[in-house]
Amino acid sequence: MLVLHYVLTAICLLTAVVVVVLIVRDQAPGDAVVGLLALVELGLVAQLVLGIIRVTGPHHGVSVPTYVGYLIGSLLILPVATLWSLSERSRGGTAVLLVGVLLVPFLFLRLAEVWGAHG
Amino acid sequence: MAEPARHRTGSGFGKVLVFVYGVFALSATGRSSVQLATKASEAPFAYSLSAFAAVVYIVATCALGTDRRRLAVVAVVIELVGVLTVGTTSVLFPQDYADATVWSDYGNGYGYVPLVLPFVGLWWLWHTHRTSGDETTSRGQTGRT
Repeated sequence: MLVLHYVLTAICLLTAVVVVVLIVRDQAPGDAVVGLLALVELGLVAQLVLGIIRVTGPHHGVSVPTYVGYLIGSLLILPVATLWSLSERSRGGTAVLLVGVLLVPFLFLRLAEVWGAHG
Repeated sequence: MAEPARHRTGSGFGKVLVFVYGVFALSATGRSSVQLATKASEAPFAYSLSAFAAVVYIVATCALGTDRRRLAVVAVVIELVGVLTVGTTSVLFPQDYADATVWSDYGNGYGYVPLVLPFVGLWWLWHTHRTSGDETTSRGQTGRT
């Protein structure tokens, strides 16, 4: 994993804790959560750029479509989760953000696996 | 007061469920299309099965999200049968599967979520059906008194 992944994982876990507190208190997510999500998304855009630079270099038989697929797929999660979550102000709606924010680090592991399998 | 009490399958906990189904719809679609586009001949059976799983997840996501119960039950039951069949046969006859599918080894490549998901889906459909049924009954009784 890249250093960027560790930083983003830390922000995701922090966001997850904040979201759990919101779910328990039955409160709607505010600007703080949106800010954290935007920060992670920004990092994911950086990841896409770094990842594309990475696969244009020597990549030892790593499946480029799979790798780029995961890079693009990870960009979709948080915007979709946020829109889907906003469509209903409820604990369930907020919990969508929790799933989304925990999914991102899982995708980092998959990316590392895809890269490492042939690296 | 007439309708808001009725529990829709895409609301509340259903919101999370639809999102998780959507994630699987997306990942199964992405995975199978990459596999079928780049190396279809290596494991045509496994990759076709992944594509089939993707369709099932897409249907389940849409049906649960738009409160189409009957369609949702059909999709989730197919999903359950699929994950149990593929899971069991992939453990018993691994040589028949040239490459892994979403449902191989009961979905252990995805943290066994594919195995748990249809059970949660059926429970949720049953739960929301029962809730809306109860409300219909109580409305009927109120009408009579």
